[in-house]
Amino acid sequence: MDIKSMKNYLYWLYCQFELITCSYLMEPWEKLLFYTFNITMLVMVLYMAYIFVPVHITMAFQFFLHLFGNQHENTVSIVK
Amino acid sequence: MTFLSVVSCTQIMLLNHIVHNGGLYKRPFNEAFEETPMLVAVLTYVGYGVLTLFGYLRDFMRQWKIEKCQNATEREEQKDFVPLYQDFENFYNRNLYMRIRDSWNRPICSVPGAKVDMMERVSHDYNWTFTYTGRVIKDIINMGSYNYLGFAQKAGTCQQAAAKVLSQYGAGVCSTRQEMGNLDKHEELEKLVARFLGVESAMAYGMGFATNSMNIPALVGKGCLILSDELNHASLVLGARLSGATIRIFKHNNMQSLEKLLKDAIVHGQPRTRRPWKKILILVEGIYSMEGSIVRLPEVIALKKKYKSYLYLDEAHSIGALGPSGRGVVEYFGLSPEDVDVMMGTFTKSFGAAGGYIGGKKELIDYLRTYSHSAVYATSLSPPVVEQIITSMKCIMGEDGTNVGKARVQQLAENTRYFRRRLKEMGFIIYGNEDSPVVPLMLYMPAKIGAFGREMLKRNIGVVVVGFPATPIIESRARFCLSAAHTKEMLDTALKEINEVGDLLQLKYSRHRLVPLLDRPFDETTYEETED
Repeated sequence: MDIKSMKNYLYWLYCQFELITCSYLMEPWEKLLFYTFNITMLVMVLYMAYIFVPVHITMAFQFFLHLFGNQHENTVSIVK
Repeated sequence: MTFLSVVSCTQIMLLNHIVHNGGLYKRPFNEAFEETPMLVAVLTYVGYGVLTLFGYLRDFMRQWKIEKCQNATEREEQKDFVPLYQDFENFYNRNLYMRIRDSWNRPICSVPGAKVDMMERVSHDYNWTFTYTGRVIKDIINMGSYNYLGFAQKAGTCQQAAAKVLSQYGAGVCSTRQEMGNLDKHEELEKLVARFLGVESAMAYGMGFATNSMNIPALVGKGCLILSDELNHASLVLGARLSGATIRIFKHNNMQSLEKLLKDAIVHGQPRTRRPWKKILILVEGIYSMEGSIVRLPEVIALKKKYKSYLYLDEAHSIGALGPSGRGVVEYFGLSPEDVDVMMGTFTKSFGAAGGYIGGKKELIDYLRTYSHSAVYATSLSPPVVEQIITSMKCIMGEDGTNVGKARVQQLAENTRYFRRRLKEMGFIIYGNEDSPVVPLMLYMPAKIGAFGREMLKRNIGVVVVGFPATPIIESRARFCLSAAHTKEMLDTALKEINEVGDLLQLKYSRHRLVPLLDRPFDETTYEETED
């Protein structure tokens, strides 16, 4: 029952997307073109995020570390 | 004696110049136009943007013959002339209107009463052509016809009287009013209309649109000033332009804007010569059919008296629909019909017939009988139509001995209050005044215009949806016209389906949540408003 209501909800969300972007009014080949373009752009954006976001986060982390403290390593060690 | 009359004259003149501190309105004036939510406006523009891009793509394909061009184009020899179909209106027509065209021009095949039959049609090439399947969809609840008092009937006293007159006079008149088309039925009708409105004299014309567009040029000309509301009907705009007078527009129902224009007109006079205007005519409507708003008539009349101008009131939708005995917007506000110089109205909406009338002082109507274009050139009203108007008007006035007319007027008022309250409680954005039987429900997005019309037809309810040229581009709406012929069961069915479609298409944009009353129908108590 939960799966069914989940599927209904997803279908309703898809209908809202169709209404807002007016793909409800388009002919099938126009819909194909529109969805292809949209999905291609979405996949490209996700791929770019997958490649670049970790690198950007580590660079930002290092930048802030450099700003607030100047220690790259712990130089203090006890020599017995 | 003369001294006393002079003193009372000045007193009356002074009364028109004082500031009325709340004495103008005898009843609360509840009108609301909720603002478009920002997200909805942005998404509407997104939708129009996508459709515009696809419109350019399709135009490109049609130009390069990749796709068959099914709309009108110029001939090959005329391709080098000034282009005919390149402006925005034609672009909109080809690419946006055609996609949702099946919600308009639907052929009905029965009398447009509370329920109507419609011929089913399908389109196999995306609304460029339609074919009839042969099936008739029966008993569709009719929320679109201007049938305010329910006189669109095929049986009853009106129909019998009209049938009798048809067998006596026939259907055609074959002449204009001034030549051989002036029947005794027309004289009887005009006396009745004058009595109904409470004016000295009235004149009836064959077509409501023509009443406005042909009579305003007879009343004003060059050297006169017309102050017209922003949202006036096309017939008023056409009449104003044909007259050759200077036209100035004031904001919709905004009395400050009107007063500013009147002051400027009196102070500065005509544009170059600075002479005083020959006449200043204010054009307003009783109920504006796209907004559902009612004109602020007490304030307009106070302004008119203060600045000594004339008032032309177009009661096309409000005659029969407002007022305790159906006499229109003048009675609704408790004013005297003598304050309005030209009272115009139509017989199409509340009387179930066709045509229009103008009522006013005897000198005015006698002048119009000679100088109106409609009287000289247009065919007069057909006799069965005149009889339908006479019978329905007598019914409303109560002169046929029954209570039917009064009951209908009251039923319409109850239906209006109930329907509007329920829709507001559900969370839709509804424009207009609480008492107007025209109910616009905002849709905003172009795909929802087509979807709403189709979904409601699937559920056997016929509605009228309105889009771009008639409304601003993002404010498209569905317009319900209530009728005294709608029973509470029909309204409840319609409301249930509207609720369902509203959830399906997510149309409940309103951010002012009303506290719903306990279910006491036709209740007149006010409600509280809470914001989300």
